[in-house]
Amino acid sequence: MPEQPGRSAIEVRGVRKVFGTGESQVAALDTVSVSIRENEFFTLLGPSGCGKTTLLRLIAGFDFPSAGEILLHGQDIAPLPPFKRPVNTVFQNYALFPHMTVAENIGFGLEMLGKPKAEVKARVAEMLKLVKMEALSNRRTSQISGGQQQRVALARALAPQPKVLLLDEPLSALDLKLRKEMQIELKRLQHETGITFIFVTHDQEEALTMSDRIAVMSSGKILQVGTPWDIYDKPAERFVADFIGETNFLTAAISGMGNGKARATLKSGATIDATVAEGFQPKDNATVVVRPEHAKLTSGKGDLSGTVENIVYFGTDTHIHVRLDSSETFTVRQQNTRSAGCGFERGDKVGISIGNDAAQVLRD
Amino acid sequence: MASAEQVAKDAERREIRDRWLLSAPALIIIFLAATGPLLIVVVYSFLTPGPYGDVVWKFSTDGWLSVLMQRDIFDDTLAFADAHLSIFWRSAKLSFMTTILTLLFGFPTAYFIATRPARQRDIWLFLITIPFWTNLLIRTFAIQEVIRNEGIANTVLIKLGIISQPIQMMFTDFALMVGMTYVYLPLMVLPLYASMEKIDFRLVEAGYDLYANRFQVLRRVIIPLVKPGIIAGSILVFIPALGAYVTPRVLGGSKNMMLGNLIELQFGQGRNWPLGSALSLSLMAIVMVALLLYVRAVGRRGGAHG
Repeated sequence: MPEQPGRSAIEVRGVRKVFGTGESQVAALDTVSVSIRENEFFTLLGPSGCGKTTLLRLIAGFDFPSAGEILLHGQDIAPLPPFKRPVNTVFQNYALFPHMTVAENIGFGLEMLGKPKAEVKARVAEMLKLVKMEALSNRRTSQISGGQQQRVALARALAPQPKVLLLDEPLSALDLKLRKEMQIELKRLQHETGITFIFVTHDQEEALTMSDRIAVMSSGKILQVGTPWDIYDKPAERFVADFIGETNFLTAAISGMGNGKARATLKSGATIDATVAEGFQPKDNATVVVRPEHAKLTSGKGDLSGTVENIVYFGTDTHIHVRLDSSETFTVRQQNTRSAGCGFERGDKVGISIGNDAAQVLRD
Repeated sequence: MASAEQVAKDAERREIRDRWLLSAPALIIIFLAATGPLLIVVVYSFLTPGPYGDVVWKFSTDGWLSVLMQRDIFDDTLAFADAHLSIFWRSAKLSFMTTILTLLFGFPTAYFIATRPARQRDIWLFLITIPFWTNLLIRTFAIQEVIRNEGIANTVLIKLGIISQPIQMMFTDFALMVGMTYVYLPLMVLPLYASMEKIDFRLVEAGYDLYANRFQVLRRVIIPLVKPGIIAGSILVFIPALGAYVTPRVLGGSKNMMLGNLIELQFGQGRNWPLGSALSLSLMAIVMVALLLYVRAVGRRGGAHG
């Protein structure tokens, strides 16, 4: 079946989810709209309680929205029970059936769909091969390791060939090394199966490395949707900039806006070029963000000036914390070389120069 | 100087002695409360009945023979008699039905409680256990009050014009089933609840997610996970039901005898203690065999946590 690239697999339109009644009412999702494309690795990123899991559960059908529509290939699925949606879930703690073997777990969905035995068997074998679990097909799920359970959970959810696969923090229970392995594995599976993945995580690094696009959520709202590059380099709001990676926040006066760019005059008096977040409303004191690796420390005069307060060595790079003359702090990340130190010492008077394409003006 | 070997030997001896002393209370209770009485029953079953009850200390196998046979009063020959056997069979049948009925009513009840918010569950469990505090006899008479000819059920049905004559429910198997199901229901609900409470309800969601409808989720996910509770509940209901005495006596009348009543009869009017003892031991044997078969049958496909 030829699929047009960019067609939306899931479209969430004005969805609200309210828990509780009366005084204790809480809006877990506050009028959220987002469009998720076909064959996309889409990540819902945010701290716990931001509504990302609620949104996932609404798409899966475990909860029903208080308002709004959820379209799957154009058809409203919000009123359908979960067993009538061509959508499968990989649960946070896998939720494998303890009374079944690995193979029985993987075949369960197909069996429930009423597929003939031979087909189920063939598909289970195929899935076992896909997740490299052939040798353990007759084991009970309690007899395999966490990483193996993870693979079985993936195979079980992929076996019925869902239109969309939902993953609820599937890697959070694994140790670091296994997590890195599974990240690569997940990307491979998504690529091989061509299924739309909707991935929920609170781990910003995981989101950046795995996703085609990311939606950053906070307090029941989607703050920004974009590619990892967009989210990292062009955060729209303070929360996004702060949640993902390390950032320097500066106050500036904005002038000469046009074409998504502007001139920002910093407290130091220097004026730098900056990109402007969508939806920015001109105001006196706007916030400008500069990532630590996009600024350079100089011993001469720069756009900003200050005193080196602390130097932290990280192996690949060094973080230099500078107390600006305007009393704000600013961190510069400098790539390390083998031959020399970072070239600065505590108490040094330094300048900071900000590159041409290093600053972003936030909308809030 | 005492050799190290000697010291070690003494310590070991002391340890053995302590071990016996410490386990003495348990051993005494096991013997006095469990094994001892049982041995008395075994001994009595091989004695001769006394003329006014009790036993005469003379060895006899008549008690055991009478379980399945009858001695002809004229020519003293033994012939097979199914009177006791039919009561055994009846008891087993009714107990089995009671188990099924308590399971049918208890399962949804336990599921309901297990799916309430944690704080509410205690209240529901409390309500389930309240009948336990009332005397069994009183509860049984209360049921009699409901189903007797002039009782609540018949009165209401007649007033509503659904029937013109009262339905005879007392002293029937129906009355027995109502009574036994009511009496034993909590024994089914509690173990069912105990294993349902442990279910990870994400497994239920996983079932729905994988295209199982409500019935399939029940059959393929919930029931297998609750199996330990079903086994425990069935055992807790079936065994006391098999020996039930008060309920069949009050609701079943003298015609619809169950094993408990038959055994009681031998120690009372029947004045045949050896037969009574033999019957009780037969009941025990049946229970043990039934248990073994049952556990093996349901455990064959492997328990949820096997």
